[in-house]
Amino acid sequence: MMEEVKETASVLSVHDDSIKVTEVLKEGDTLTFIIVSQKLSGTGEYHVDRTYEDFEWLQQHLFSQGDVPGIQGVIFPPLPAKPQVNASPRSIKQLGFLALGECQPYCKALETFLQQVAAHSILSKNKAVEVFLTSSDPPGRQKVKKNIFNRLSQAVEEMRKEGHKDVDEFFQNERDHNLILTGCTKTAAEKFLDVVATEQKIAVACGHFSTALHLCVEPGEDPDKQAFSRVCVKLSEVFESIKKNMTSVAENNVNTLGLGLDLESRYQEAEREMLFRRTCKLVELENAQRNVEKAKPVKKAAMEEVKKAAETEFEHTSGVAKQEIARFQGARVEMLQQALVGWCEKQLLTAKESADQFNQHLEVFRGMA
Amino acid sequence: MADTARDAPPEQTDFHELEDGEELFPEPATTQESQPASLAAEDISTNSNGPKQDSLFDDDPEDLFAEATEEVSLDSPERDVLLSDGPSPAITPITPPTSVITPRIGHTHDDMFTHSSFDEIEEEEGGDSFDIHISVSDPEKVGEYMTSMSLFKRNEFAVKRRFSDFLGLHSKLASKYLHIGYIVPPAPEKSIVGMTKVKVGKEDQSSNEFVEKRRSALERYLMRTVKHPILLKDPDVLQFLESSELPRAVSTQALSSAGLLRMVNKAADAVNKMTIKMNESDAWFEEKQQHFENLDVQLRKLHTSVESLVCHRKELSVNTAQFAKSAAMLGNSEDHTALSRALSQLAEVEEKIDQLHQDQANADFYLFSELLGDYVRLLTAVKGVFDHRMKTWQKWQDSQMLLQKKREAEAKLQFTNKPDKLQQAKDEIKELEGKVQQGERDFEQISKTIRKEVSRFEKERVKDFKTIIIKYLESLVQTQQQVNKTVSDIFHHN
Repeated sequence: MMEEVKETASVLSVHDDSIKVTEVLKEGDTLTFIIVSQKLSGTGEYHVDRTYEDFEWLQQHLFSQGDVPGIQGVIFPPLPAKPQVNASPRSIKQLGFLALGECQPYCKALETFLQQVAAHSILSKNKAVEVFLTSSDPPGRQKVKKNIFNRLSQAVEEMRKEGHKDVDEFFQNERDHNLILTGCTKTAAEKFLDVVATEQKIAVACGHFSTALHLCVEPGEDPDKQAFSRVCVKLSEVFESIKKNMTSVAENNVNTLGLGLDLESRYQEAEREMLFRRTCKLVELENAQRNVEKAKPVKKAAMEEVKKAAETEFEHTSGVAKQEIARFQGARVEMLQQALVGWCEKQLLTAKESADQFNQHLEVFRGMA
Repeated sequence: MADTARDAPPEQTDFHELEDGEELFPEPATTQESQPASLAAEDISTNSNGPKQDSLFDDDPEDLFAEATEEVSLDSPERDVLLSDGPSPAITPITPPTSVITPRIGHTHDDMFTHSSFDEIEEEEGGDSFDIHISVSDPEKVGEYMTSMSLFKRNEFAVKRRFSDFLGLHSKLASKYLHIGYIVPPAPEKSIVGMTKVKVGKEDQSSNEFVEKRRSALERYLMRTVKHPILLKDPDVLQFLESSELPRAVSTQALSSAGLLRMVNKAADAVNKMTIKMNESDAWFEEKQQHFENLDVQLRKLHTSVESLVCHRKELSVNTAQFAKSAAMLGNSEDHTALSRALSQLAEVEEKIDQLHQDQANADFYLFSELLGDYVRLLTAVKGVFDHRMKTWQKWQDSQMLLQKKREAEAKLQFTNKPDKLQQAKDEIKELEGKVQQGERDFEQISKTIRKEVSRFEKERVKDFKTIIIKYLESLVQTQQQVNKTVSDIFHHN
């Protein structure tokens, strides 16, 4: 089913914050995500099922809006990496927090992606978004034409441009700052992931210990044997509790701070890419300016035209970029604060529950003596 | 022998092990007198025991190692002690000096892992022997042979002991009591690596841990020993606990060769076990032996399980600390003030939690892992006691068979005209009859003792585990509450 998506602006017909990825279905190696969103008109909701390829389709369309002025200045909401049913170690590493748990963190990340796209003043106008969220048919799978991301290869010369000095202090600061933050956030996310992984290992070890204790239970009438068996059974329960506690702690970590750090990390990367694109535009512009100066009178007019075009594009891009940066800074602070608060709340809850449980066990043991 | 099954390394190692393991901290090298030739391969400089060893031999008649230091070779007199199954020197129950027993109740056993005073063993004895509390406090580096310090505070004794003293005590007790059926608690193990680090003066985490681990193990060892009603009354134990100076040299040499002999002994035991087919008339013993075999397997599994848990907890502590650092860096790089502050607080919280994880790991370790390890070693002692019973039975049987033969021989001699040979035969028979009777008595005695011991052991086991578990749970609860407090602090700041 090939659907022609015209690159015309449209208005999204659903509430952006109502978009939810409610479940994921596994069929062999394919994962299908169910997306539910509420109609603006209040008359109900849309249910659609999408695969990861559909998400990529959406992203391609967003990237290829070459006719939208200043599109290069947009910080594109980052799409999580491709999930795999039987994930290779490399892909697990790439996914980080999103690989943990059943699918919940990953679904949440996809959900966030969609919400951000739908809430974006420029991006939400792309028809592809509407199609993606509302069409009962799967969106087209045909290869989209060349887009800005295809153009920007990871070639070494391109990378060299990243360090190119800026003409605007605001942007230079932003670039420098982004560089530092990207590194720090990535490290923090990785370290936190290590913490969570170890917590999970502890949970497993507690489970083993608990099972091993059960093996110590001996049948028999001997009162001493019975006493010891009772002790073992009770202790086994204690370690089950510890296991539950650890599992909860790990889950809380992932769902709050883990997701937060992951998103922040990917978003910083997205900002970096945007800044890079703008820098490339700057380089283009400066080249064009030089060409005008160097050009022979015959070519001068043509060069002037090129220069003007580059100038315009650069200005549009910078304009959009400034807005995006402001919006981004506000959004990320809020997101991180929410993550931190959520983390505290969840950990407090778990700690209280666990303390109660352990106290109960303690009383039982004291009573046994 | 009561010593741990793990303690049977090849002979060279064993010698060397002792050298490094015997003292908590070394003395400067002194010339060695009476260094037995067979120990020449050892690192002499660390085997310093201060003043001349000879002079320190008290005439403890029951100290069978008294002559051992002169020349230790496989033929030394002590060998007989270790290998023979003969009756031990008479165990005369000694009433503890009355000055020692005064009611002194309610002194809680100090927290096993925190002690700030220096190198002493404090003991308070009170009430009946089950109220003895022993705490072994932090060892300190001993530059030279210390004059000991004793605090007399209403039956409180503080004495200084070296690691080799503990080993020596165990050795004595083992030689006296094991083969008549008493379960003698095994002493803590020596460790080359740990000791070397400590000696070198490395002030790092692992050597501190090692010292702490050893201190805790020594404390538990002493507690177990004095909880035993018979062992408590043993003069060696009392001397160990109370006297300001112990003849130390004894243990050292004796143990190095004892180590070798233990090994030989064990090999012999293994062979013996295979050939002794005892007619077990008492189902109780058969059942108990099976029970202890099973228990051994299970405890080892548990031990492995706990060690893995401890390992992960330590890892968690490390990872949390690293995350805290990265969060702090993130907070520093952050422009937005409130967020920056929040991130820094997160870093602080994580650091505190890291400390809590470490404490929890310690609890896991000191409480459970060490408990399980202790019991695995104790079980070896238990099994040893059962083995001795078998040996005792064997001896009895052997005597009986020999008697039988001699009787047959005598019967034959009746028909020959050799009066003196006949007389000799009759004498021998009489002697053997005595031996057989003694053998039977010994067997019954050891069986009786073992029954009592096993019963006591089982009860102690349950009590031990319960106590430890309660301590552990208390630590768990405390940790949780502290996590609670730490997290809620940051929460309320925001």
